[in-house]
Amino acid sequence: MTTSASDAIAVTGLRKTYGTYEAVRGIDLRVARGEVFALLGPNGAGKTTTVEILEGHRERTGGDVSVLGHDPARHERVYQERIGIVLQTTGVDPYLSVGEAVALFGGYYVHPRPVDEVLAVVGLEDQKQTRVRRLSGGQQRRLDVAIGLAGDPELLFLDEPTTGFDPSARRQAWEMIRNLRTLGKTVFLTTHYLDEAEQLADHVAIITAGRIIAEGTPQSLMNVRDVTTIQFWLPADSVALPPGIAARIADGLVTIESGEPTRMLFELTRWSTERGAVLAGLTVMRPSLEDVYLSLVGAAEEHAS
Amino acid sequence: MRLLLHQAGYEWKAFWRNPPAVFFGGIFPLIFFVIFNLLFGNEEIRIPGGVARASTFYVPAIAAMSIVNSCFTGLATGAAISRDRGVLKRVRGTPLPASTYLAARVLVVSLVAVCMVGIVVAAGALFSGVSVPTNTMPAFIVTLVLGAACFASLGLAVAAIGPNADAAPAVINAIVLPLLFISDIFISPGRAPAWLTTVADIFPIRHLSSALQTAFNPFETGLGFEAADLLVLALWGIGGALVAWRYFSWEPRS
Repeated sequence: MTTSASDAIAVTGLRKTYGTYEAVRGIDLRVARGEVFALLGPNGAGKTTTVEILEGHRERTGGDVSVLGHDPARHERVYQERIGIVLQTTGVDPYLSVGEAVALFGGYYVHPRPVDEVLAVVGLEDQKQTRVRRLSGGQQRRLDVAIGLAGDPELLFLDEPTTGFDPSARRQAWEMIRNLRTLGKTVFLTTHYLDEAEQLADHVAIITAGRIIAEGTPQSLMNVRDVTTIQFWLPADSVALPPGIAARIADGLVTIESGEPTRMLFELTRWSTERGAVLAGLTVMRPSLEDVYLSLVGAAEEHAS
Repeated sequence: MRLLLHQAGYEWKAFWRNPPAVFFGGIFPLIFFVIFNLLFGNEEIRIPGGVARASTFYVPAIAAMSIVNSCFTGLATGAAISRDRGVLKRVRGTPLPASTYLAARVLVVSLVAVCMVGIVVAAGALFSGVSVPTNTMPAFIVTLVLGAACFASLGLAVAAIGPNADAAPAVINAIVLPLLFISDIFISPGRAPAWLTTVADIFPIRHLSSALQTAFNPFETGLGFEAADLLVLALWGIGGALVAWRYFSWEPRS
């Protein structure tokens, strides 16, 4: 893997073991400056271990890591000046106000971002005087991001930023992460939500059991599994579909997965027109990242066992 | 230095907004001061050089308790809570040096202790007629500062090797309360059997309270420095600092 000046993060052969347990088993990553990168995987896949090595919170067992040209394991102040970290746990004194907490953390940096600007990015302007302990869960998580931004970092690490959110809080958090991209920040995000990666990330790497099993743009990953799903309700007077069509039928709902959706739709519409029947509720679906992910993770787990 | 004052300023603000911390880490000794003065304040007790009202004993005794309470109990529980809330880990990921962060915490608990000592001395002078000595005032201040440093470093050591935030207050009080009883804080000296005093002398609390008694004794004609007690405090402080240095962790434990 070659690294270039445009890389924010370059990782080669990264390994981490805890005793005899291998949490990360030799992964390669490359994150370009200014992009939103998502490390996607189930719980226990090695996401947090990886991101904490990049942040400098954990020592690696092996491999090369370069983040903004620094080795995070060296705990250099110049490195910590340039990154922002949002951990899974909150970690703010609950008795400070929102504005004070951001000002406190901003004060650690040479060039902090003004408090009001930071609060505007995360949408907490109206809570500036509110004590941290009085915030809702979603607001606290946004404060976490605000604190990560207090030093105006070039690169922001977000470890599972929306875990435990209700749907509207998640939408707000996504909006906020899109705001970060417009500020030109590089964002390294871990998540176990597929829609989150699909919505936000320029690049996605899927990790399971300490290995990267796929990576690329969300679009290119969806193309990996080029199967279209066709669904409709079985016409009331039919007992069977035309011969030669492999389908699953559950409670009258027909599901057909096909690599040749055009021919398949032609066959189906001809069959229904000839019989004068209607394909009620007909839908044609491209594979989602979720389908790709589930088939990849499933295959990796089968391979491992 | 700018960062130290920046951090300490916010820690100070947050401390006074936190009722359990203010009560247990701050004003707790004042309650004992009031109760003991009401119960025994007017009794006459024998102290080196003459006879005085018991209030004269309770001012330095509760001053010692204030140091232990804020710098040891308050700091150790506070550090364990901050660690398990993830505050320490989060600070560790910023450019703020770890030493500056810890120094700010120590500074704040020391200032809290100094406030409590000031209140106790002032209340003793105003309401119980306890005279504030002048010739031994330097010794009183030096002993307070050394005591604060000693117990703060022990507080960090206990936070380093001790239990998680849920168990910390119970464990720390189990250490501190019996020692307070045998270290001439609540009960004036000379009543405990000799062996119990010997046990108490292993630990630093009795050395702090004796040194403060001498430095607050109205009959003291010298400067009032108790070199041996101060040496023991210094040794405990260095030991605590070494343990804290070696074992302090920034990762949540629960």
